[in-house]
Amino acid sequence: MIDSSISLELTDVGLSRGGRDLIAGLSLSLRGGQLALLMGPNGSGKTSLLRAIAGFAPTTQGRIVFSGGTAPDHTGDAGPTIAYLGHLDGLKKDLTVAENIQFINSLRGISRPVDELIAELGLALAAQRSVRQLSAGQKRRVALAYLSSSSSRLWLLDEPLTNLDRPGRELLGRWLDSHLAGGGIAIVATHRADELRRPGCLLLEL
Amino acid sequence: MPLQTFLLVLRRDLKVAFRRISEWSHPLLFFIAVSALFPLALSPERLAMTPGESELFGLQSLGIGVIWMGALLASLMGLDRLFLNDIEDGSLEQLMLGPAPLLSVVYGKLAAHWLVSALPLVILVPLVGLSYRLTPGATAMLALSLLIATPVLTVLVAIGAALTVNLRGATAIIGLLVLPLVSPALIFGARATVLALDAESAAGPLYFNASLAIVAVSLGPVAIAAALRAALE
Repeated sequence: MIDSSISLELTDVGLSRGGRDLIAGLSLSLRGGQLALLMGPNGSGKTSLLRAIAGFAPTTQGRIVFSGGTAPDHTGDAGPTIAYLGHLDGLKKDLTVAENIQFINSLRGISRPVDELIAELGLALAAQRSVRQLSAGQKRRVALAYLSSSSSRLWLLDEPLTNLDRPGRELLGRWLDSHLAGGGIAIVATHRADELRRPGCLLLEL
Repeated sequence: MPLQTFLLVLRRDLKVAFRRISEWSHPLLFFIAVSALFPLALSPERLAMTPGESELFGLQSLGIGVIWMGALLASLMGLDRLFLNDIEDGSLEQLMLGPAPLLSVVYGKLAAHWLVSALPLVILVPLVGLSYRLTPGATAMLALSLLIATPVLTVLVAIGAALTVNLRGATAIIGLLVLPLVSPALIFGARATVLALDAESAAGPLYFNASLAIVAVSLGPVAIAAALRAALE
């Protein structure tokens, strides 16, 4: 389903990092329900592009316009419209899994109960452990909570499959499917395009 | 939304601080050790600065200076981690994508930092004041003037910390950047305490420090937020 009230337009975008030009003249147009996979060798600018779209880094030229639309929201989540999952998990190591997810829920206006989210992430047994004691894959699972708000219309994922086991990757796949079915946009930088490819998705080689 | 984010960050940082008590108690122990041991190194017979004055007067004047310097240096300790932890674990990125401007995040972090690092210093003042036989009036004024001046210290040191997050081992640079800027607060704070010791009105220096605190608290976070945004690029 393509929802044209939500759109991401990149017009002639250029990026540089450390004085080196990474991307020049990139144009891209995405509508609600569309997935774009960013591919390319290490250092080709996948992360920089995602960070520029998220607004963390400026572009050297061109424009990035995201309009979140006014999609009907059935779960009542009211939070930010961009969700970003980068190389860092964005978790506090001294706090427990439950405390981290509670924080994420409040920050992103997620109305789902913490216990339910922990159970879906497969972390029920680790809920009261501090994040410091978790494995890298378990930390990644906690970080997936940043994606669980239905108000996030644009997902920017940077190598989201890193460290995840098969059930974890399947969980992310299911969440991605329902995000796209609900009219969201997703841009995913990955070296494992075969696992994330969906019919009709855009492949972008940098 | 900005208020919710402020409270959310404040609560989170307080919770993290209480899990790492050893980290934030270091400056407090330093403050207590410096102010309590300093009198032991003094020779009482040389404390009478001018003939005819009691040596108590010299001890009290020195004590005010020592306590102020101790508080100043204690508030410089460990500040390089103030924003670095959030940048290294990626939570600052997530906070920037949150529903409220970065400014409310900065206020939340500063408030939490002030509560765990500066407020205990103020509370400890009556205890360390005993070592210098400060009068009750001077002790109360010392606590009050520290209460007014510590927000200035917190904000200025946080500006230094935000500007140097991309430098390794920047504590010394933060000190160099910040110490000249905090000297007005130090001068007027110590002056207020000395006036109270002489049982005179300390309103002038107190008002001056209060105005510094208002300027620092209202404008400083804007600079901090801008520095953090630049650091994340």
